[in-house]
Amino acid sequence: MSLLIKGGRVIDPAGGIDARADVLIEGGQIVKVGADLPAAKEEIQAEGLVVAPGFIDLHVHLREPGFEYKETIASGTRAAARGGFTSVVCMPNTNPPVDSRAVVEFILAEAARSGAVRVYPIGTITKGRRGEELTEMADLAAAGVVAFSDDGSTVMNAAVMRRALEYGRMLDLPLSLHCEDVNLAGHGLMNEGRMSTLLGLPGQTRAAESVIIARDVELARVTGGRIHVAHVSTKESVDLIRRAKEQGLKISAEATPHHLTLTEELVATYDPNTKVSPPLRTREDVEALRAGLRDGTIDCIATDHAPHSRDDKDVEYAHAAWGMVGLETAWPVIYTHLVLTGCLSLIQAIDLFTRKPASVFNLPGGRIGVGQPADLVLFDPNRKLQVTEELLVGKSKNSPFIGQELQGWPVYTIVGGQVKWVDESWR
Amino acid sequence: MSWTRKHLLGLQDLSRDEIQLILDTAEPCKEIFTRPIKKLPTLRGRVMVNLFYEPSTRTRTSFELAGKWMSVDVVNISTNLSSVAKGESLKDTAKTIAALGADFVVIRHYAAGSAKLLAETVQVSVINAGDGAHEHPTQALLDLFTIRDKKGTIEGLHVAIVGDILHSRVARSNIWGLTKMGAKVTVVGPPTLIPPGIEEMGVDVSYDFDEVIPHVDVINMLRIQKERQVAGLFPSLREYSALYGLSRRRLDRAKDDVLVIHPGPTNLGVEITSEVAEDPRASINEQVTNGVAVRMAVLYLLSGGKDIP
Repeated sequence: MSLLIKGGRVIDPAGGIDARADVLIEGGQIVKVGADLPAAKEEIQAEGLVVAPGFIDLHVHLREPGFEYKETIASGTRAAARGGFTSVVCMPNTNPPVDSRAVVEFILAEAARSGAVRVYPIGTITKGRRGEELTEMADLAAAGVVAFSDDGSTVMNAAVMRRALEYGRMLDLPLSLHCEDVNLAGHGLMNEGRMSTLLGLPGQTRAAESVIIARDVELARVTGGRIHVAHVSTKESVDLIRRAKEQGLKISAEATPHHLTLTEELVATYDPNTKVSPPLRTREDVEALRAGLRDGTIDCIATDHAPHSRDDKDVEYAHAAWGMVGLETAWPVIYTHLVLTGCLSLIQAIDLFTRKPASVFNLPGGRIGVGQPADLVLFDPNRKLQVTEELLVGKSKNSPFIGQELQGWPVYTIVGGQVKWVDESWR
Repeated sequence: MSWTRKHLLGLQDLSRDEIQLILDTAEPCKEIFTRPIKKLPTLRGRVMVNLFYEPSTRTRTSFELAGKWMSVDVVNISTNLSSVAKGESLKDTAKTIAALGADFVVIRHYAAGSAKLLAETVQVSVINAGDGAHEHPTQALLDLFTIRDKKGTIEGLHVAIVGDILHSRVARSNIWGLTKMGAKVTVVGPPTLIPPGIEEMGVDVSYDFDEVIPHVDVINMLRIQKERQVAGLFPSLREYSALYGLSRRRLDRAKDDVLVIHPGPTNLGVEITSEVAEDPRASINEQVTNGVAVRMAVLYLLSGGKDIP
């Protein structure tokens, strides 16, 4: 079975390619990239489309096992394919949490059975995500986890965190860290500042994030451990990470499309879809995150796709669940708000979705090269669509971008040479 | 000036003219109190539901009486006795109330934004009786009414709001109302109880009550909740009282014609001494009476009334 992607603009930041070319796929692998390749059994006419490596998301919540009413491996990976992602890394705050080999094996088996894209699980740092005892990290690694995280929670005991970083050194896998001092965060529901004052909603000081990043940078320094800071949201956090990188520590970081484009002013609607952890911040923070993307302080864009059912969200702001979905809209959000505005070049933006996340977690893919798995996204840089609930194909619809018109939508998502998603209404 | 709004969710959205209209409408309502037979047939056949998710004596009773003097049928729902205690959501409770045929829902809720959520859910007039630390518009309106009644005008007055500004919906609604009506507002309290960015609401901030007190025309003392000390926001009630309590000695440093108000219930001996609460310069009980008049005016305007008999 061969598939020829004909006449697209092939952009591969890893290989430094940006040219009109055909891509020939055989046996699930890329076998040839070049101009005017001979016809194949199946062809995709890609004139007007950009052909890029499939996107890689280091931070999604697939909710299975345990919260299948919010999302499943099948529905979450369908959302991923719709958004142009060919690989997702799933967080372990499931029920049961991913703190044993059995749960890792379940996720991998279910992903093989029903997943539309490649799924790489993360294991918890501590048993039950309680922040007390380390999991069997080596056994989890052997089962196939690509990183460790207690995402949703911070390991508040610094001594436990120190041991996790130290012990984890033998595995050379990163710890993906949700940085939020629970005491400082308190009952805060949004960023603390002028908007929380106006709205009468309990605020959460921005220091709740940076205090823990500062702590973990120092722990990485004494242990030599590898840390990856999840969903960076404040200017001070960007500064801390930049300095740690300058000092040669093993640190990487991600930012979400929502923290890169939305601010706390949006909460004025009391729309629970604006409730997210860490909370939406200020314009100054958004600018600092964008500067961090440009100078390499922030390594990649990750969605923190956090599906919640209508019943979890359609309540008082205080009672609403934390999080927003992001897989379907991530690329068009970045394309519309960062590429079209000139903040990032197209190649930089693609790099942040492909080569860079792959290198942070040492994952396969993220490039278009002969012999590589044929994981590709074909997007139309001119296609504009308004975000609607129908457009979101996962189980949950909790997106703050509903109603926005975005540009640059994926048209084909190809995983291992198979078309996993196609926009039938294109052309 | 005519009234066009369906809901009263807060003073932030109201214009100066709208506030003025409520206060003007409340004048004849207050006059009704002096009549031997208080009840007016104005809103006969209307139904008002008091939906209270937090304990309240004076606000709930005040709304209930305001309704009754206007011949509104009043139903009280307190959440510990209702299906809310069985886990029913606010939206479902609201839909049930609407389906039962209510014309007004008065809501008191611990979560900011709840009144707005309710107004977006049902086709009933919603009156916010306090949502979290966000707004408590009828309390601020009765405070404005009391100030105007005692001082003749609000324009140009200097008002100190003293205490726990951070958690206070009364403070926020008062700030909106007072600044729209042309008063100068200074909020006073310890830094831990002053929320960030409050200056953007058009107020001055002071941590020094003694420095502020000689300059103001009105002192609005807020209730301090004892849980705030437990939460570490100030070290002791003793120190709080020493710095921000209104004692006779402190009051005597104010202007002779200063007006002292308090939304109640008071913590006597903490934010205000009983001596001051009973002082002729304080109008705490009159505020309660004015509260009924203001709420009658609100019910009247929200139901589209043209003129008061």
